[in-house]
Amino acid sequence: MEAIKELSVIEPTSKTEKEVEELVKDWGNDREKLIMAMLAVQDKYNWLPPDALDYISRRFNIPKGHIYHIATFYKVFSLVPRGKHILQLCMGTACHVRGAPLVADSLERDYGIPLGGTSEDGLFTLERVNCVGACTIGPVLVVDGKHRGNMTQHRAGAVVKRLKRLAEKEANNA
Amino acid sequence: MPRIESAEMLKNIQEKFRKELETYPMVISICHGMSCRATGAVEVANAFEKIVGGSDDIRFIRSGCQGFCEKGPLSVVRPSNVFYQMLKPGDVNEVIQKTVERGEVIDRLLYAHPTTGEKLGKEHEIDFYAKQHRVVLELNGYIDPFKIEDYFAHDGYSGLAKAMTGMERGEVIEEIIEANLRGRGGAGFSAGWKWKTCSEAPGERRHIICNADEGDPGAFMDQAVMEGNPHSVIEGMIIGAYAIGGTDGHIYIRHEYPYAVHTFQNALEQAREYGLLGKNILGTGFDFDIQICFGAGAFVCGESSALVRSLQGQVGEPRDKFVHATEQGYHDEPTNLNNVETWANVPHIINKGAKWFRSIGTKNSPGTKVFSLVGKVENTGLIEVPMGVSLREIVFDIGGGIKDGKEFKAVQTGGPSGGMLSEAQLDLPVDFDELEKAGSMMGSGGMIVMDENTCVVDVAKYFIDFLIDESCGKCLPCREGLRQMSEMLHRICDGDGKLKDVNDLEALGETVAATALCGLGKSAPNPVLSSIRHFREEYLAHIVEHRCPGGVCKALISYHVLPEACTGCGSCAKVCPSDAIHTVPGKKRKDGLLHEIDLEACVKCGACIEICPEDAIEKRSPAEVPVGAAGS
Repeated sequence: MEAIKELSVIEPTSKTEKEVEELVKDWGNDREKLIMAMLAVQDKYNWLPPDALDYISRRFNIPKGHIYHIATFYKVFSLVPRGKHILQLCMGTACHVRGAPLVADSLERDYGIPLGGTSEDGLFTLERVNCVGACTIGPVLVVDGKHRGNMTQHRAGAVVKRLKRLAEKEANNA
Repeated sequence: MPRIESAEMLKNIQEKFRKELETYPMVISICHGMSCRATGAVEVANAFEKIVGGSDDIRFIRSGCQGFCEKGPLSVVRPSNVFYQMLKPGDVNEVIQKTVERGEVIDRLLYAHPTTGEKLGKEHEIDFYAKQHRVVLELNGYIDPFKIEDYFAHDGYSGLAKAMTGMERGEVIEEIIEANLRGRGGAGFSAGWKWKTCSEAPGERRHIICNADEGDPGAFMDQAVMEGNPHSVIEGMIIGAYAIGGTDGHIYIRHEYPYAVHTFQNALEQAREYGLLGKNILGTGFDFDIQICFGAGAFVCGESSALVRSLQGQVGEPRDKFVHATEQGYHDEPTNLNNVETWANVPHIINKGAKWFRSIGTKNSPGTKVFSLVGKVENTGLIEVPMGVSLREIVFDIGGGIKDGKEFKAVQTGGPSGGMLSEAQLDLPVDFDELEKAGSMMGSGGMIVMDENTCVVDVAKYFIDFLIDESCGKCLPCREGLRQMSEMLHRICDGDGKLKDVNDLEALGETVAATALCGLGKSAPNPVLSSIRHFREEYLAHIVEHRCPGGVCKALISYHVLPEACTGCGSCAKVCPSDAIHTVPGKKRKDGLLHEIDLEACVKCGACIEICPEDAIEKRSPAEVPVGAAGS
């Protein structure tokens, strides 16, 4: 009996748990909303922190194994913290034939931002996305949610340099 | 806001808003499609709004995608239909002063014909628009997608009223069967028959799903419909629910389309406020509502059984199709799933009748189809054409031919599941059956044009690698077969291919197609098989001559400076990441120093070609060997 009682009354305690509860409170115990809940968490933190997943597991009464299954199956989820700036390089067909792979090579070679990884200074994460639906202006680089079209190695470099300068300035001011 | 309780009341409301719109003598419509937003439409729209916002004489709308994305941001001033392209916030004042106040046309903002250079001022004068036939996209550009009132003013929800108050459920289904509406998601299955099976399947609840998980790379039709005219999709879904006896609706939108989600969410709320969703719709006692669910970036979730599992909070792995979703889908209950564009066609068919629908397009594929025309074509954008037009008309008449006067090489239809078609297939009429016969498929409607500088082997490799990434891994043919195909393609692109590889690719491709579990696996070999079928000589060029005709495969090309064109400006040397570009001593030209590429140090990144202002760098294939290594 006690075990059941424990499952039905889950009180958020830590700061993360309270924040997560705030995100998912409208969905009650609906286990079908798991992916929506995880997307909300990812949108807030930029990745899926383990304690947030832990809380979701208890809250919706879903085994953690299943949650990690979902987290590794779907592309948008990240189980490691991502960089301060998210660069999403569109690798759709139209962007591919217009030279997106050269932009990806350049970002890794010249600025140390590997495709599908984070730069060592933790400033940039470069992700591959399959079509953002702006094929007419490809290659497209989505910089922190803002779409930039007709991307070239040169222009991508300029974006990275600008953000780096900004970060340096902030660091100096602090 | 009044709840609409009868068809009569809907008519009155439509009339009221139509009159309201007619009071404006002029409308300025700014395209807010994805590409236009990315090129600055938001700033342009804000500048317009600052001046004309709240005016009684000028109505200002941020419309859905108007289609001509290549030339964005776009605006149309109505009723004169003056079409301006590539607007900047700085142009806004001039447009207001000249065009709006004095009725003058600003020459420099007009579209110029790519070959004749003639300036064309009206939307319908431009080939890109003139050759289209718009049904689904008809209202894009005319309505504000955030206002249900605009949709009402254009007879919105009339189809729903007609179906619910004037037709029996069976009649609605018969009408859709009669119209021969085929699924716009790609497979082309008859929507009417699907409805019929679902409505007859035993079960207490019936689920209505809209598939908006547009995962095809190079396709954005559904995004444009959701962002431009969301109510047409909602209306279609309610009609479908009424006909089938649906109890609840779901729309599965991919997470990569936040603006579409935002637009759709707003549309749902407005429909609920007017009582078009919820309890007792139009006073008929019928209840129905739609929920939004997000996709999380998995191409396979466009497959119906995978999508249903994803809706249930599971991983999106397809299941076998011994039992169809129409009988056992969501929660193992009857489920009817159609694509965005299919749903958006439904209100038109009900309103204007099956006969009208069949008068457009071909006998076996009636109606229109929206395509996203992208790649190396002059006019890229979103087009809607009647089924049965030829690829040549699409690429050369609407698309304006190949960019920069290059040669046409191939067109890829149907995304990763489709195939590549060559020059010889250009006169093929575009419909479901003809494309399939040619080894490609309709797919959801991505159409990617490739020029002479594209390598078909590289594109085939790209698609296979994409599909390996997106394969759910459940069945062996797809999981392992594609991996082996990818290895062979990589070998060929790296110059290590054997003639046997081409035959092996064909044999393996056919095996994967025959044995994979779901649609993704079954169609995955299409890009490879079709490209071998139509471009065998390119594969052979890679293997036998070590030559990449498109100049793409790095192992088979080398970069060279053309001495006669080089002005010695040095831009290339500055951007070269491997310091492979040097000035050549003693070879001084009067304009400056000449440059040469050190073939041994060159990493073939292409940065020099990108930056060179004189087009003085060329790629040669087969690759020339560095001078030092030539003797060995």
